[in-house]
Amino acid sequence: MGEDSHAAQAALGALAAAPQDGGARAFSEPWEAQAFALTLALHRRGVFTWAEWSATLGAEIKRAQALGDPDTGTTYYQHWLAAIEHIVEQKGITNELTLGRYREAWHRAADRTPHGEAIVLSSADLSQ
Amino acid sequence: MSDHEDGSHLTEMELRVRALETVLAEKGYIDPAVLDLIVEHFETKVGPHIGARVVAQAWVDTAFRQALLADATAAIAASGNFPPVGDHLIAVENTPDQHNMVVCTLCSCYPWDVLGLPPVWYKSAPYRSRVVMDPRGVLREFGVALPEGARLRVWDSTAETRYLVLPRRPAGTEGWTVDQLAALVTRDSMIGTGLALTPEGDPQ
Repeated sequence: MGEDSHAAQAALGALAAAPQDGGARAFSEPWEAQAFALTLALHRRGVFTWAEWSATLGAEIKRAQALGDPDTGTTYYQHWLAAIEHIVEQKGITNELTLGRYREAWHRAADRTPHGEAIVLSSADLSQ
Repeated sequence: MSDHEDGSHLTEMELRVRALETVLAEKGYIDPAVLDLIVEHFETKVGPHIGARVVAQAWVDTAFRQALLADATAAIAASGNFPPVGDHLIAVENTPDQHNMVVCTLCSCYPWDVLGLPPVWYKSAPYRSRVVMDPRGVLREFGVALPEGARLRVWDSTAETRYLVLPRRPAGTEGWTVDQLAALVTRDSMIGTGLALTPEGDPQ
């Protein structure tokens, strides 16, 4: 309990000090908004129920906590994103191998795109 | 870091989101244009101002208040004054005898349609665990002291059921319009970690 309750006190102290935090801004970074929207779109498409979603997200949060994440709310969308990856694989829609290939492709696309320009994926990025 | 000094850089999170989005779009599961609309909706249209108007309406309109407490989703849809709520929403009313607080211990479920996206602290492990063990202590840290006799009830959201706290109407607001009253209804007062503001706009 000792260390946990200290961390909890610290985090709660911070939150009570700024009770209006985040009121004006829904997402701290654009990718969080994209991840949020992905979940809503997949749910609307009938890929999963909210019960399945919350069980998957809850499991990701627990897993991150077990790995040492203090889970103060700022890593929430990281868990959210992991939950999407998990659930689409579970549903047989895609798999880690494919997602990894696309991550590398996006990395190549970013590399060849001059700073400040929109990054667009081309088939060449995927075929390398 | 980017491999090339003059290239662009995507963080690990950005790469993961883009990879998912591309794969899901290619397979026809999502439409990127729809994703943009969803983001825009949540960034510009949805927020606690919607819940605040629902609460203010309940304060001035007894029939609406009763309907809201019976079935919030249906009452909001029937009123025609608010955007529809997709989730099963339950309104819980603060009274002199009972104060209500909302949490989602599992994964931070939240009534998005009426409050927008949850604040960071709502998603934090300390709030999720401590509000169950020591709700009075958590409330104190938010600067709210309940009268000794008042009961405190914590509602744990689920994927299927979201809660909205109906705070008590501040004294001294008799005859106020819905617009005036809505300005006193804070996000926190609808989660139960705060109270509605006083007529002067100060915390109670």
